[in-house]
Amino acid sequence: MIKKILNNFQVGVLAVSSFITSIVVLLIIIFLFKEGSGVFSKSLLEDGYVLVVNSRNTVNSIAPKDIKNIFDQKIISWKELGGADSAIQLFSIDDISEYYSEEQIGSDLEYMDTCINNYIVNHPSVLAYFPKKNIAKKFNGKEIKVGTMGLYEFVKGREWLPTARPVVQMGILPLILGTLMVSLGAILLALPFGLVTAIYMAEIAHPVWRRIMKPVIELLAGIPSVVFGFFGLIVIVPMVQKVCHIDVGETALAGSIVLGIMALPTIISIAEDAIRNVPNNMREASLALGATQWQTIRSVVIPYAKSGIWAGIILGVGRAVGETMAVLMVTGNASNMPTTFLQPVRTIPATIAAELGETSAGGLHYSALFALGCVLFLMTMVLNVYVQVALKKKSK
Amino acid sequence: MAQIETKDLNFYYGQAQALRNINIAMEKNSVTAFIGPSGCGKSTLLRLFNRMNDLIDGSRIEGSVMIDGADIYARNVNVEDLRKKVGMVFQKPNPFPKSIFENVAYGLRVNGISSRSEIEGIVEASLQSAALWSEVKDKLNKSALQLSGGQQQRLCIARALAVAPSILLMDEPASALDPISTSKIEELIFELKKQYTIVIVTHSMQQAARVSDRTAFFYMGVMVEFDDTTTIFTNPKEERTLNYVTGRFG
Ligand SMILES: Nc1ncnc2c1ncn2[C@@H]1O[C@H](COP(=O)(O)OP(=O)(O)O)[C@@H](O)[C@H]1O
Ligand SMILES: [Mg+2]
Repeated sequence: MIKKILNNFQVGVLAVSSFITSIVVLLIIIFLFKEGSGVFSKSLLEDGYVLVVNSRNTVNSIAPKDIKNIFDQKIISWKELGGADSAIQLFSIDDISEYYSEEQIGSDLEYMDTCINNYIVNHPSVLAYFPKKNIAKKFNGKEIKVGTMGLYEFVKGREWLPTARPVVQMGILPLILGTLMVSLGAILLALPFGLVTAIYMAEIAHPVWRRIMKPVIELLAGIPSVVFGFFGLIVIVPMVQKVCHIDVGETALAGSIVLGIMALPTIISIAEDAIRNVPNNMREASLALGATQWQTIRSVVIPYAKSGIWAGIILGVGRAVGETMAVLMVTGNASNMPTTFLQPVRTIPATIAAELGETSAGGLHYSALFALGCVLFLMTMVLNVYVQVALKKKSK
Repeated sequence: MAQIETKDLNFYYGQAQALRNINIAMEKNSVTAFIGPSGCGKSTLLRLFNRMNDLIDGSRIEGSVMIDGADIYARNVNVEDLRKKVGMVFQKPNPFPKSIFENVAYGLRVNGISSRSEIEGIVEASLQSAALWSEVKDKLNKSALQLSGGQQQRLCIARALAVAPSILLMDEPASALDPISTSKIEELIFELKKQYTIVIVTHSMQQAARVSDRTAFFYMGVMVEFDDTTTIFTNPKEERTLNYVTGRFG
């Protein structure tokens, strides 16, 4: 009787604790997505600033991208924004002294607001950019609405300039590509070495030799990622620079190499287990038909262990991608669109790690970094689901 | 001349001696059954005929095994060629997790045959010989793992036949099968002996009596008696053989 109560109690504790754990995990994910979604509802204009035009200007709102182009002088006429055929005249509060004397502005800047207002009223094709607090009491200008960003722009945008003025640019395509490139490169580098080592250990090496090798390789997995990063910086980066004859060695390639090395222990360990789990009767069946050992490995053992090998690769690289530090240290972190492996790239985790300290909680930049976290989460989730499906297919 | 012949054969797994001084000779196109209690060395001896025991670390052989008059453990022997000539069917059906077609074609592909029509012809002929063709001809591209146990074992026989061996070693090929599948395998052995020399390990005395011409009785690594199957089962010379075949031990 007591035994039964005790048993029920233990089962209850297990159920409750697992329930709470699941809820917590779920809440974290919800928190992540809630914070991240803020990026789509906040204005892209620098906090506390306004964009103002003459009240007769027919343009009411300008897309964030166009604003950047205006300030970059790529758009010079209101016509291009659907307005009158006149050149856009940029006005920034920093230029005020060019138009008004110190007396007019006032020694304590007390007439600053009026000056700005006057300037706007007198210049029909002005686009003024100044702090909200400088809007005059009797204001005659028209505030321009700056649209928020859509999911499409966020994912497909090619520029990541989260602190640009007057509007930020938050296209994460270069970061996604950077992440994919570094990971893909790591897979391509780690796959042959990992597979060959796993095959050697599982199929060819003398058992004594394997008993020595396996723990040594697993020891590699315990090295902190920052040490790999340091190693990469000191050894891999100069090597890449020298071998590829480029000016900076901090490139996607360097990141791929370091990531690949970091992923190797997991890949080898899991792939070796998968290969050793191939039933011996499969090998015997092949050898008994006159196949050589190599033919047997290639045509029977590897296909049989394929899904396990893939699981090892994806887990290995997935784990390594999450290891931000090493990648941050060797990839150069330029957020331009990567086109080759010999360019600096910036990965999503590296972006979050490098920029989170500069943001203010609740701000646009802060939300954008959370949204990046969501993207990374979705990317790794797709991989994990793939691994699960692959493993399930095998066990059938 | 005997097709398979051993001379003063001893075999060791590390320190443990599994076979003691075996001298046996098997004629071409005969069926020889190995019987004896579990652990007496039947499988070990069988696997010496295609050098399957080469894979076992620390194993050691003394004496010689001659196939078609040549010592198969001589230095210059190509083990792959030997295994093509001496096919093997295992106790538990072990088809590859590939299609039925690819299972039979496997041995051809590893031997460098790449002509599609040649492979197709041999696959069909092998499945015919293994009495499986009519059951699988419409689903050659289906996974071999979908077949029943008995069909899988006949597929393994077809797979072995495809590389054109002259000897077929079978290690308890029906022990994992139901009675109907077992009798199909036995009928098949009857057919196959016209073309192949067959050595079959079995723990079923009835099976040995039904399919074999000659029977060898083993006990603790020693070949106690080797004679015509009818003699072994009706009038053995050794008392231990008599006790075994009459079911008094084992
Ligand atoms: N791979 C092996 N390593 C060590 N000992 C083995 C191995 N295979 C078989 N043996 C031993 O050799 C003896 C003969 O085994 P086996 O030939 O399988 O017998 P049978 O097939 O007659 O049942 C047994 O004592 C068994 O334990
Ligand atoms: Mg056996």
